[in-house]
Amino acid sequence: MQTLDQTVVDAPPGAVKPQRAPRVTAGFSRWRAPLSILALLTLPFLLPSQALAVNVLIYGLYAVGYNLLYGYTGLLSFGHAAFFGTGAYVTGIAIGAYGLHPLLAMGLGTVAASALALTVGAVSIRSRGIYFAMVTLALAQLVYYAALQASSWTGGENGLRGFTVSRIGLGPVSLDILDPQVKYLFVLAFVGAALALISRILASPFGAAIEAIRENETRARACGFDVERSKLLAFVLSGLFCGLSGALSAIHLSIVPLDSLAYHTSGMAVVMTLVGGAGTFFGPFVGALVVLVLEDVFSLWTPHWQLALGTVFILFVLFLPRGLWGSALERLSFRRGQS
Amino acid sequence: MNPVPQAPILEVEALGRRFGAFTALEDVSAVFGKERITAIIGPNGAGKSTLFNLLSGALAPTAGRLRFGGRDMTRVPQARFAHLGIARSYQITNVFPRLTAHENLRTAMQARASRYDFWSRRDALSGLAERADALLADIGLAGRRDRPAASLAHGEQRALEIGIALASDPKLLLLDEPTAGMGPEETKEMVALLRRLGETRTILLVEHKMKMILGLSERILVLHHGRLIADGSPAEIQADREVRRVYLGQSGGYGHA
Repeated sequence: MQTLDQTVVDAPPGAVKPQRAPRVTAGFSRWRAPLSILALLTLPFLLPSQALAVNVLIYGLYAVGYNLLYGYTGLLSFGHAAFFGTGAYVTGIAIGAYGLHPLLAMGLGTVAASALALTVGAVSIRSRGIYFAMVTLALAQLVYYAALQASSWTGGENGLRGFTVSRIGLGPVSLDILDPQVKYLFVLAFVGAALALISRILASPFGAAIEAIRENETRARACGFDVERSKLLAFVLSGLFCGLSGALSAIHLSIVPLDSLAYHTSGMAVVMTLVGGAGTFFGPFVGALVVLVLEDVFSLWTPHWQLALGTVFILFVLFLPRGLWGSALERLSFRRGQS
Repeated sequence: MNPVPQAPILEVEALGRRFGAFTALEDVSAVFGKERITAIIGPNGAGKSTLFNLLSGALAPTAGRLRFGGRDMTRVPQARFAHLGIARSYQITNVFPRLTAHENLRTAMQARASRYDFWSRRDALSGLAERADALLADIGLAGRRDRPAASLAHGEQRALEIGIALASDPKLLLLDEPTAGMGPEETKEMVALLRRLGETRTILLVEHKMKMILGLSERILVLHHGRLIADGSPAEIQADREVRRVYLGQSGGYGHA
């Protein structure tokens, strides 16, 4: 049988670009969640404070949730603070005003964030590119001002206070959440479970579908993928994990600042994801680590630390567009391909 | 030769499409399914791309009807077209650039095979990986299995483009300039592939290379200013006055319209 193989042989020299090795991430995909959890276990020993380590976990998960939409589905949202903040507020209100068990309250916060994501997603999915970003930003601002107005529920400008969680009862056991190590492991348990779930989703046929949409939406639609519904599902999943990170942040801080709904919290997700490496599994954690450590360091030197952070971000976009982790993975796979 | 389906697979009835005040396509009627390979030709701006977009569901018609296998497709969303058995390739190579050749095909097959599955492993999905390998060999890209599509040579990307269209095992294959940008040698290989594909399915293709069309297709449709001006065998089309006038008037020959 005649095949197109001859075409390959006949191609002029130079037409075939240098061979790139299969992506190294492919082999890791089964182990990426356990390896990530192991790496996160070492964080408290590497960072100056436990509080910073917990923040890296929480914002890392926030960025991972965001990355599901931006890095894997290819949708640039500027409104993810709405899901982070909703997760945090609903958790705090459920504990403070209704005396719910913290775990139940976290579940409620996560569900509320997912429901909000379903609404925001349904409205925004059909617009594209910068318009999509603007619609998500506008809707998130709506949520921000709603929280500001509903001060009897949310505490308005002062943020939500008065729901300090010190112990979390789990059947016969009662976790002393004020013990930094216990708190770290408590948060890590949720982050680890989320990572395992996300890894599984990314390796599933649905994961392949959203990647196809990111790579070539027109073609994905022609192949028979329901692009709109897949995008909406990715949006809801993304909101769910961002909501969970917000819920964890409420437990961690025992306060929900109004800032958690503000647009710069949305920007945080974008910056962390890009600095770490969009579309990589562990990149967002690297991004969260770098951004939070820099914020710590810069804010010691200058009240204008956001300016310094912004400069770092611009440098990253210009010179390391694949992010720290993305570039490291690429190097690794390139070296493997050569040897 | 394998039997050719005798029942009409695709019926086009007074199909038209307007963009605002501009009429891109008007009153096109034709029935397909008897011939294996049908070519659609016409000068630039004749409405070929619009017709293809209508036939593949990428655009909805503003007039007329479209029936596929007896089913009215006029208001069917594009994603359903692939599920029902219509697939298309694009004039400009339109693959998934960062996925490997194998992933390109496996993903395209998956679009038809599975709905919203968040749990099973995509590479373990009921024989899709093996079927993708078989198709990869069929289009001559077995040796490029794990290369990102973006790193393949032009001819290889064209082959992958058709592979993606074939992945859904369509009954009707719409090919938009399958040999665009190919040299004579690559074109010959592509023609051989198209002949093979035409044995088991109906192919509609848009092409500019007249010599190739005359040798390959059993039927030719000629579009001009959004209207169907001729429909017949290659011999009939070559003898058609109106077609000669359009082509000779435009570019002085059949070479490149």
